[in-house]
Amino acid sequence: MRKLVRHLAAMAAIVLAGGLLSATLVRLAPGFGTDEQQLDARLSPESVEALRQARARARDIPGFYLHYLGRSLRGDLGESRTLNRPVRQLLAERLPVTARLVGTGLLAGWLCAVLLAVGSTMARKPACDLFATLLAGLSLSVPAAVLALLFVFANAPACLALALVVFPRVFSYTRNLLAKSYGLPHLVTAYAKGVGPLRILVWHVLPVAGTQLLAVAGISVSIALGAAIPVEALCGIPGIGQLAWQAALGRDLPLLVNLTVLVTVITLAANWGAELAGQDLGTREA
Amino acid sequence: MKRMRQFAWLFLALVLLASLGAGFWAPADYAMQFRETPNSAPSRVHLLGTDELGRDRFSRVLYGTRVSLLMAPAAALLATFLAALVGGVAGYLGGWWERAAMAVTDLFLSMPWLFLLLAVRAMLPLNVSPITSIAVTFLLLGLLGWAAAARVLCAGARDLRDSDFVLQARACGLRGPRLLAIHVIPNLKPVLAAQFWISIPVFIISEANLGILGLGVAEPLPSWGSLLRELESFASFGFEACKLVPLVLLVLVVSSFQIIIARDEVYA
Amino acid sequence: MKRRPLALFLFLTLSLAAAFGQSGGELRFYLHSDPKTFDPLLVADDASETVRYLTGGVLVRVNRRTQQAEPELASSWTTSRDGRSITFNLREHIYYSDGTPFSAEDVAYTVQRLMDPALHSPTGDSFRSGASVVNTRVVSPTRIAITFPAPVAGLDKLFDQVAIVSSRSTNRERAVLGPFYVADYKPDSYVLLRRNPNYWRRDAAGRQLPYLDTVRLGVQPNRDIEMMNFRRGEIDLINWLDSEYFDRLAGVAPAVVHDAGPGLESEQMWFNQVANAPLPVHKREWFRSTNFRRAVSQAINRADLCRVVYGGHAQPAAGPFSPANKFWFNAKLRAPSYDPTGALRLLQQDGFRLEGALLHDREGHAVEFSIITNAGNKSRERMATMIQQDLGRIGISVHLVTLDFASLIERITESFSYEAALLGTANTELDPNGQMNLWLSSAENHQWNPRQKLPETAWEAEIDRLMKEQASSLEPAKRKACFDRVQEIVAEQQPFIYLVNKNALSAVATSVANASPVVLRPQTYWNIETLSLRIQTASRH
Repeated sequence: MRKLVRHLAAMAAIVLAGGLLSATLVRLAPGFGTDEQQLDARLSPESVEALRQARARARDIPGFYLHYLGRSLRGDLGESRTLNRPVRQLLAERLPVTARLVGTGLLAGWLCAVLLAVGSTMARKPACDLFATLLAGLSLSVPAAVLALLFVFANAPACLALALVVFPRVFSYTRNLLAKSYGLPHLVTAYAKGVGPLRILVWHVLPVAGTQLLAVAGISVSIALGAAIPVEALCGIPGIGQLAWQAALGRDLPLLVNLTVLVTVITLAANWGAELAGQDLGTREA
Repeated sequence: MKRMRQFAWLFLALVLLASLGAGFWAPADYAMQFRETPNSAPSRVHLLGTDELGRDRFSRVLYGTRVSLLMAPAAALLATFLAALVGGVAGYLGGWWERAAMAVTDLFLSMPWLFLLLAVRAMLPLNVSPITSIAVTFLLLGLLGWAAAARVLCAGARDLRDSDFVLQARACGLRGPRLLAIHVIPNLKPVLAAQFWISIPVFIISEANLGILGLGVAEPLPSWGSLLRELESFASFGFEACKLVPLVLLVLVVSSFQIIIARDEVYA
Repeated sequence: MKRRPLALFLFLTLSLAAAFGQSGGELRFYLHSDPKTFDPLLVADDASETVRYLTGGVLVRVNRRTQQAEPELASSWTTSRDGRSITFNLREHIYYSDGTPFSAEDVAYTVQRLMDPALHSPTGDSFRSGASVVNTRVVSPTRIAITFPAPVAGLDKLFDQVAIVSSRSTNRERAVLGPFYVADYKPDSYVLLRRNPNYWRRDAAGRQLPYLDTVRLGVQPNRDIEMMNFRRGEIDLINWLDSEYFDRLAGVAPAVVHDAGPGLESEQMWFNQVANAPLPVHKREWFRSTNFRRAVSQAINRADLCRVVYGGHAQPAAGPFSPANKFWFNAKLRAPSYDPTGALRLLQQDGFRLEGALLHDREGHAVEFSIITNAGNKSRERMATMIQQDLGRIGISVHLVTLDFASLIERITESFSYEAALLGTANTELDPNGQMNLWLSSAENHQWNPRQKLPETAWEAEIDRLMKEQASSLEPAKRKACFDRVQEIVAEQQPFIYLVNKNALSAVATSVANASPVVLRPQTYWNIETLSLRIQTASRH
């Protein structure tokens, strides 16, 4: 319980730091405080000045951030400057889209990776290993953006592009980990004593490889979220990735801060969840 | 597999030599515009045809390969070094150090790195050469690309810290930086080496992604990213084979790297 | 025997339906972003403007084909001699989509709201001629007089942009006078417009317009996906088509593409002439030299830009207005011809000289500068690359920098830390009065040197004088003479180096009847009330 409380407190501190860092980044970036409308020749000098003033209010970062924190405690996450809509509403609409995309992509990527890794390790045939390696190499070689375009062209679901981003990394790591585990002395003994391959895999290999695999699980969430940006931006999918891209281009401070906080929470939850599960697995092994 | 690895090395060497000798092999300067024949099909004069501005595609592929193949290893080296510094040391020290380092790593993973790239690009002086701007892009990729590997290295270092031989070394009186340098880092070398090799294609791909998003190298200098932008319109009109050559080359180069990476090395 | 009457009946019905155009059905096309507002008075982006055009009822409509003002909700109008006042006679028995009656009160309400300085409406700012308030006098339910503090040139045509909102309706955004109203909106997905049952306009046969039941505006920022879906028959038109896509589509389905000729849009580059810009002194001197700018202009091969970048779907630009602007374009002007030798001669007059392959100024500095443009605009990036090569031929070294739009705006409007910029202008208005903030030296959008306290050059002072003169005059001939002279000065001085006027390219599926694309926006659906869908199965292009 104390550990959980400590974890949550640390998580909260990191999330707050992430939000402030992100706000500072946006504030210092060139182009902050500008508006495309400034180039509209119809606007009077007073209107252009009003545009500048509206943006100037956000220049005081500590003030903005404190104000944002106070409002967010009441559930008000601010309003997007580029889309003129409440951030809360935007996140509520787009988060499920990205969650579906990333979740399906991760599931598909992990499934393929683990099955292929297990298959090639258990088969113990160089040809299988080579095929699997080339497949992983091929998916790693094609940029996420090109994969996204390929799937748009083929009218295939975009989550497959994310699956192909996650798959090679997870496959390579899993395959090597499994190969290392299969070489351990107690497994050699188990084979010699006639224990079945499936039993060996489930009871002796996976638990050993488990902790390190879980570390990768946490990172694969970050990788998938990162790849979601070009995939959503190029495929026109209205998710968090596309929102982040639009927010970056528009220097949309409220939106970027909220997105950073959200991504930080997800990343921390994924990594620490993996860590805790790994520790639990390690305890059970002992 | 051994034969395959040899072929992969040979292929990479050939590609590198060809790109380094671009000035010799290329039939035209990469910026030369043959404006009478834009978007032309492959011919004896233009082996891979010309792009939308009439520039020889084969020449641009050669020069672009040089840019990407030389810059990516430098960025990979930087990222691997930073990952070792943060992840390796944190895993070895454990306790508060590890928690703090992993918290910083997670924070890093959560930052809008694409925005950071956008911002730094916008801050660069306007009169820098294209080669400087691409160098800065890869430098940034290196500075941003350590976080994912750091976590894995931390897990590896933690396992080593708790291993028997390290325990024995400690019992013999070895401590601190000496223990790290003599027993931990050498045993992390396979991981570090694998991390370095896998980072190279990752950074090549990242630059390609940036190029497609319009954040790539400045014209007229080609890179794989800028060459892959020609593929943007295939979603609406289908493939043109000569435009796929940079993609095929990229796939072959990255696959070669994959084959070269030793099977018994653990990496992320 | 029984089948013949039935067959005949079916044949007649189908023929009549074909003759009248199929009524009903849903027209589908894309917006490239979500509309930022449904308030017609606050429209500032393309997506919101599309919704306003399709839903808003206006007093006067500029016919997109003839470019003439035509009566719409106002059956007639008169403008006072001093150009300050306009009186509208309104049509009777007109109702909003929610049933509330339309009257002069609604016009008064709309104008008062529009001209509220606190609103900062771009549409309202087009009317702003002085600091005092605008006076609206409701003479009768069908007659209203509007008086402005100072003369407003081209006053009647400005009302093409003003959608009259209801002063009485409880849901003002949804109560409209246009052919459609907003029936449904799903952010990031679509805006569904439904036929206004109370729309006042009828066709020649007395049938109530519009013919279409609904218009579905999908939200799709990606142009490749837009093209792909058009080819698959999922959308019916693409309002603005890139020249590359135009040529490819023309190759597979020539019947669906339309080139309406030179549009109002132009592409131009300019040099930073701001006095206190963070530039080396020698570069500022170059950029402020007329000979230098003219030389750069002459060294650029505009014919190549039109041919290579736009596939021939563009024309070399002579000045700020294209021939598409029938009345205001100065037909005496010609685009600068490509003449690198002439360019070098001009440069020599200012002491520049070629040393080997590089140009140097009289102090020995190698002539090099950077051009910034917005990342992601392929045509602009290509043009900039071609300009880089053209200027390289006369020894000028050019660095190209593509920036995201926010950074670009910051450099050209705030910090002025740039040397040359390449951007485009989308002229939505025909009248040069809409460009006052571009040409006045004291204005914000006087891009090369904005916000001058006093004009820093004689030619800018002359442009100031001419623009003010045309703004205060009501005689079209006199106004034209003034603006013709402005165009001539711009051609002499080249503060903007105009490059090309792009053609208005669009794609319309063959299933859409009565489509007649033009150059003025909106190119394809300007006559939305008479568009209809033919009876045919969905086809791929």
